[in-house]
Amino acid sequence: MLKKQYLPIIVTVALFMVMFVAGAFRYTGFFSLQVLLNLLIDNAFLLIVAIGMTFVIISGGIDLSVGSMIALTTMVSASLIQNVGWSPWVVIPLVLMIGATFGCAMGALIHYFNIQPFIVTLAGMFLARGLCYVISINTITINNTFYMSMAQTKIHLPGGNFISISVLIALVAVAIGIYVAHYTRFGRNVYALGGSEQSAVLMGLPVARTKILVYTLSGFCSALSGVVFTFYMLSGYGLHANGLELDAIAAVVIGGTLLTGGVGYIAGTFFGVMIQGVIQTIISFEGTLSSWWTKIVIGLLLFSFIVFQRIFTTRRSSRRG
Amino acid sequence: MARLMKHHLFWPLTMLAGLLLFNLCYSPDFFSIQIRNGHLYGSLIDILNFGAPLIVVAIGMTLVIATKGVDLSVGSIVAITGALACMTLSKSSDQNGFAVVLLAIVISLVLAIVLGLWNGLLVSLGGIQPIIATLILMVAGRGIAQLITSGQIITVSSPRYNYIGAGSLLGLPFSVFIVLAIFITALLLTRKSALGLFIESVGTNSEASRLAGIRSRAILISVYAFCGICAGIAGLILSSNVSSADGNNAGLWVELDAILAVVIGGTSMNGGRFYLSGTLIGALIIQTLTTTIYMIGVPPEITLVVKAFVVLVVCLIQSEAFRKKIFERRKYRKYSDKAEVTRHA
Repeated sequence: MLKKQYLPIIVTVALFMVMFVAGAFRYTGFFSLQVLLNLLIDNAFLLIVAIGMTFVIISGGIDLSVGSMIALTTMVSASLIQNVGWSPWVVIPLVLMIGATFGCAMGALIHYFNIQPFIVTLAGMFLARGLCYVISINTITINNTFYMSMAQTKIHLPGGNFISISVLIALVAVAIGIYVAHYTRFGRNVYALGGSEQSAVLMGLPVARTKILVYTLSGFCSALSGVVFTFYMLSGYGLHANGLELDAIAAVVIGGTLLTGGVGYIAGTFFGVMIQGVIQTIISFEGTLSSWWTKIVIGLLLFSFIVFQRIFTTRRSSRRG
Repeated sequence: MARLMKHHLFWPLTMLAGLLLFNLCYSPDFFSIQIRNGHLYGSLIDILNFGAPLIVVAIGMTLVIATKGVDLSVGSIVAITGALACMTLSKSSDQNGFAVVLLAIVISLVLAIVLGLWNGLLVSLGGIQPIIATLILMVAGRGIAQLITSGQIITVSSPRYNYIGAGSLLGLPFSVFIVLAIFITALLLTRKSALGLFIESVGTNSEASRLAGIRSRAILISVYAFCGICAGIAGLILSSNVSSADGNNAGLWVELDAILAVVIGGTSMNGGRFYLSGTLIGALIIQTLTTTIYMIGVPPEITLVVKAFVVLVVCLIQSEAFRKKIFERRKYRKYSDKAEVTRHA
């Protein structure tokens, strides 16, 4: 039997399928495995960021710094590789470390000084973007062979389709995300924290550790996403991924995660990202529609999902009470 | 002295004075104001003129934050109103006609109120968290602005419209008078009537205020509508200053600057208390900071790093947990023996 709690995620999956099928009927050449795979290829970085964001939102917080963190990662990688000449094998672990440390610091500020996550991560957003410009205000193009090969390698699948290495990274991240959220103690602590921090404290759960780890994880995810984004763009630039935090939050909400915390699924986020990808693909297939329709449609979807969530939660709580 | 330091304007004013002092040392002609063609010119006047849209947005934001909310959509509203006003002007045959300019201003402000009402309805009747409710319009709003301008940057040639953002009255930029009018209106409405108290009580506890007979919902809706109209006016000032509308970049990040100005001004993000004069100084600090950074000649983007640290420091000072930690450590250092004794006693 289907549980009631799976309803939001079912709606998300159904919406994704309806959109894809509608696209398939309307445009020739839309209904192919490659179009589906392209969704993954073009949104691999968003997917990775959104996983970190899902954990943060389930824990009842928010992380606005992710887009800037991606930009900082591209910038640090590009400058270290191009200008300093370090090996990618040193640079990639280093930027991942930077991301995790950055997130950890924000988490510590949020927990120990009891400042709203919104403000702390806003400061983090300013700081990371500003640091990009401290490195350079211009684009740094990467022509390192390792990055080039990561960007261009196609992994061929049976049937003449292909995916990129970034997709593999993203899918592994999703798998790990699902495992961590549902099958580890840390995952359960995150849900408990989002459900009610007070109760989590009274239950003796490690609230401080969980909260800081959640932001560390989000910082790590955005750095990883930054690495993937560097593969995708082959450059470092301070304006990369501008406003991506909104896309990530939108994907998480469309994926059925409650913004009040405590409820949500990584798998839902996966489909949330895919829905955004489908909207972009449909708009590019349509040809006459301009790109700003993407923003309007995503806004409308956000609205309907938030209203849907609202109805869903009030009904649930009124039944309980 | 202690009383002076406790005043809510002490730290913001000190900060502003410090910034101005730095500017004075760095370039002595910073304070020089010249009169050319009957207009005043100088860095200080520039700060007032370019800071006007931010101040206006921040005044609206102060009231929203006082109700424990936040309005992320102001930047989008700025873009939408600018786009609509310029579109109305460019569609008409006589761009400088008084009626046309008035029409453009009125319909864009009406739209701004409607957008503010929409936010207010979502927050009050919908019961959605303010961050999320206004996020919807923040995402969709940029799209709507580009839809109005069809993705183009629309330029208008209308001296009358241009007057709003670039004209001058009595030697001062006209936008300064707009700011003053809005500031005084807001101040009178909130401090000379019970409205300010109602807003603070809704911010402290919305449910309790409702039970006490305050119409919480109406207050919430009108606060968001006011924030919308403030953003709309800022949009008009911005677009008329450059005589063009850019759906993509107009008012970009203004929401963050406005929140920052409010927080620097001493209004807590937890709601329940607000200082309009603090916000005014907060916005001036941000604008002075930006001007200073331009003047020193470092890349203007580095402003972001400075802002980040300002946000952090201000929030840490406001954070009770932080103050307690610092305070307690001091107390222990001073009275460590006494503390020992009481513990054993």
